[in-house]
Amino acid sequence: MTHDHHDDTAASLQYDASAVSATMRTAPALIDYSPAPETARTPVSESCGLFINGTFVAPRSRRRFETINPATEERLSLIADGGAADVDAAVSAARAALRRWSRTRPEERAKYLFRLARRIQERARELAVLETMDGGKPIRESRDVDIPLVAQHFFHHAGWCDKLRYAFAGADPRPVGVCGQIIPWNFPLLMAAWKLAPALACGNTCVLKPAETTSLTALRLAEILQEIELPPGVVNIVTGAGETGRMLVEHPDVDKIAFTGSTEVGKRIAAACAGTRKRLTLELGGKSANIIFEDAAIDQAIEGIVQGIWFNQGHVCCAGSRLLVQESIADDVAVRLRHRLASLRVGDPLDKNTDVGAINSAAQLATIRRYLEIGRAEGARLEEIPGPPLPERGYWCRPCFFTDVDPSHTIAREEIFGPVLTILTFRTPSEAVERANNTPYGLAAGVWSDKGARIFDVARKLEAGVVWCNTYNQFDAASPFGGYKESGFGREGGMAGLRAYVTL
Amino acid sequence: MLEQRAVSFTRRSIKTASKVRLLRTALSMLDLTTLEGRDSPAKVRGLCRKAIHPCDIPLDPPVPSAAAVCVYPALVPVAAAALRGSTVRVASVATGFPSGQYPLEIRLADVRSAIDAGADEIDMVISRGAFLAGRRRDVAEEVRHVLRACRTVGEGGRTAHLKVILETGELETYDNVRMASDLVLEAVAAEGDVHDGEVFIKTSTGKVQPAATMPVVLIMLEAIRDHHRATGVRIGMKPAGGIRTAKQAIHHLVMVNETLGADWLTPGLFRFGASSLANDLLRQLLRQATGRYMAQHDFPEA
Repeated sequence: MTHDHHDDTAASLQYDASAVSATMRTAPALIDYSPAPETARTPVSESCGLFINGTFVAPRSRRRFETINPATEERLSLIADGGAADVDAAVSAARAALRRWSRTRPEERAKYLFRLARRIQERARELAVLETMDGGKPIRESRDVDIPLVAQHFFHHAGWCDKLRYAFAGADPRPVGVCGQIIPWNFPLLMAAWKLAPALACGNTCVLKPAETTSLTALRLAEILQEIELPPGVVNIVTGAGETGRMLVEHPDVDKIAFTGSTEVGKRIAAACAGTRKRLTLELGGKSANIIFEDAAIDQAIEGIVQGIWFNQGHVCCAGSRLLVQESIADDVAVRLRHRLASLRVGDPLDKNTDVGAINSAAQLATIRRYLEIGRAEGARLEEIPGPPLPERGYWCRPCFFTDVDPSHTIAREEIFGPVLTILTFRTPSEAVERANNTPYGLAAGVWSDKGARIFDVARKLEAGVVWCNTYNQFDAASPFGGYKESGFGREGGMAGLRAYVTL
Repeated sequence: MLEQRAVSFTRRSIKTASKVRLLRTALSMLDLTTLEGRDSPAKVRGLCRKAIHPCDIPLDPPVPSAAAVCVYPALVPVAAAALRGSTVRVASVATGFPSGQYPLEIRLADVRSAIDAGADEIDMVISRGAFLAGRRRDVAEEVRHVLRACRTVGEGGRTAHLKVILETGELETYDNVRMASDLVLEAVAAEGDVHDGEVFIKTSTGKVQPAATMPVVLIMLEAIRDHHRATGVRIGMKPAGGIRTAKQAIHHLVMVNETLGADWLTPGLFRFGASSLANDLLRQLLRQATGRYMAQHDFPEA
């Protein structure tokens, strides 16, 4: 990307189409855009409490930790590190609130959820800015994807409150009880919505544990819960790190655990819940295959690849991180991908023209860099498109891809959780399916072909909870999401997602 | 995904210096157009004046002239006289515009007479009937014939550039738009020795709805990009019909920038077929310069 300056307007007006460049460039030079910073500022208090029984309280642990803006490495606030006494207080509050909340008339519960959804819409800009400051994702995504989906999720589930009998025909759906919900840092507020909305719609009470690097929007949501006068104790938010999560999982008075995060932690949680009365749903990692057949609409598939792996810096559990391309078009796809990659703008997440923001944390950046090293060491070829220099502070990784990848390479098997694509090839549909399924994971997959019969045939054979056909990373509150194999079990969203929060 | 991608260009936030730059670029890319049965010499002369000096209010640097004035063949002599000595080119629709439903000989005669009368650029229409009937080779042949006519040195030693109108609103599907684009680009390449900007592809006549939509323009840009990658030749692009606001024009330029690159951000390779767009571009440009919006009546018509 060249940095054309703005004072050469006259030059661009000259009628000089005859100047033919003899060399063919793989990626064109683009004009740059002036900074377009999101100007709304949202105040963040210097130190945050825990949200227990409808009020913000200081942590009994007396411990706090910093949360920073990963684009600047500046401290945003101090977050309470919930200890055993805090978790216990939150679970007790949820238990105490359960009796009344579960007996609240369903149409009354629905009113709270509708009100919550409306209030989120009204405060959307503030929430989007906060999400971007705390997590590093581009404002374009938090504004256009995360926050609208959060509101949609509450609207959708508000509608279910008084219709649960129709969702489970012939049964009498009852709440499960106190739900312990542990969420990740990649879509902080959206994951909170995915957990809270169905639980509340079904009459449960909740203790939510946000990820340690991204607690701020969950705490802002707590303010909104106060505004809408949700009865105290129905939702409690205990911030903290992994240890806080462990205490919540192991708390004897929790009826259900819902976890979204890494497969490694998911396995530990499953072990901790084994042999207890606790119900469990897990939404874990993935190494999802995005399969491009030679008869696909290639330019659309390129968009699908971009959406699949470079959305949210690749911090997406269902990211299409393993690209499987039919050999006959592999070179063409690589050329187009290089061209497209050059138009992605990396940098300040609060700039409205940024496509790829900051990596969420120093730790995650280190993980990504380790995989880039491993990939090179194992013999794959890393392609990065050079761009303007990245900011000096903050955690950054340019979007990139690996070619010459062997299916046995580490980067083709393990989840990187960053803007790193691995490209593999295949020759026949059966080889594509075999390669796609040859993974411990099974969260999502994509299939690109203009031939309907091939789409249905391949989609049916893929072991993945979600299969996107001629699109990728599309989310909807009505559509169930969840995995196979080591990507977890249970579904979130839609009618299927309600099942985890009712006893029949 | 095509439509989603097209929408993504409208989400770019173009401010301050970038905005001024793109507004000026857009003004320089205008094909100010009037294609009405009631067009009069006086109206065409007015349009020509506006093309040369889009605005009386002095700006530094001065507001650029439009790229061309686009009229029916009968009014080409009027436009040619009014634009003589300026940088603004005379474009004429021809080949039985807008339907193309005439014998090829008559359509070619239409082209030659427009060039002889002073046209620098010919905006031809393809036979959508032949295309939709599957007679693709006929379409390719007619494009080659018209290109040859444009290249033939006629009276006064004149040749012309060619813009090929697909009339995408009648082709209906995105697949057809891409197929028609490729067909035209291949036909042109078959004639050989095409220089950059000698040939444009253009969305619409302006007589059929929908005209230039962003997904349709994107498909055509992609065809141009792939053609350039394969041959090294830069084909031009002209969306026409439906682009009325400065904001829409900027969205299109962002799309060109991110699909083809900055090389195409020149009137030699990109045009807007429009008439009311000019005034909105001027309003926005003056707003950037003065901080105030002008009223519509502060600008001459068209």
